[in-house]
Amino acid sequence: MAVDRRSTVIACFGTLLLRPALATPETMRSAINLFTQGRTPRDGRVTLEISPLVENGNAVPVGVSVQSAMTAVEHVQRIALFTSLNPQPEVAVFYLGPHNGAAVVATRMRLATSQTVVVLAVMNDGSVWQTRSDVLVTLAACVEGG
Amino acid sequence: MATRALLTVPTAARRGDVITIRLLIQHSMETGYRTSSDGQRLQRDIIRRVECRFDGELVFAADTFAAIAANPYLAFSLLATRSGVLTATWSGDNGFAHTESAVLTVAA
Repeated sequence: MAVDRRSTVIACFGTLLLRPALATPETMRSAINLFTQGRTPRDGRVTLEISPLVENGNAVPVGVSVQSAMTAVEHVQRIALFTSLNPQPEVAVFYLGPHNGAAVVATRMRLATSQTVVVLAVMNDGSVWQTRSDVLVTLAACVEGG
Repeated sequence: MATRALLTVPTAARRGDVITIRLLIQHSMETGYRTSSDGQRLQRDIIRRVECRFDGELVFAADTFAAIAANPYLAFSLLATRSGVLTATWSGDNGFAHTESAVLTVAA
């Protein structure tokens, strides 16, 4: 079968049009800004455990741990997960305190496409720490019909 | 709707241990972005908030969004200080709220 340039271009546009509206890295940035209340996150202290290659975007295990003594003097208050290209950037916000003993949380999330997952931690002294991970998704979470 | 959930606490915890609490809730977490086979958009139905209390004191909370997978799984750590009752409450769209409890036994 001959594949000419015109049909390839049409097919590509067709795929683009069929995709649902996705968020952009800009909407993720504004959502992060809202979470950090304008403070600039620094890299470090946060560890994000997520597979770099995901077969099924419907349930992707994620684990987050933050270096913190978790005492009354020094502890993590909030941890948040964001995605760059899901329909909305927010995934979850976790609220912790000294009674947790360690700043470790885990869940399972959806990934609509290959994208960047960002995790941030707000400490009780007001500092914000972050890390990010690029994830390749081979089967996306079903956002469209199905 | 019958809702089932598993709130798992360690059976053998000692005072001062950092233990892992796991919560698994049976819920579809319908995102509101999908359409059914007849083209109708499926209404969003997700859990928005999960709270865990130990003897009434809030020890963990989470705001959850549509990007949390169906049948949400949440795990967090807890410093074991004494025996008590751990209660998980979750609420969300359509005004539902459910509770599950587990007894935590902590050896001295």
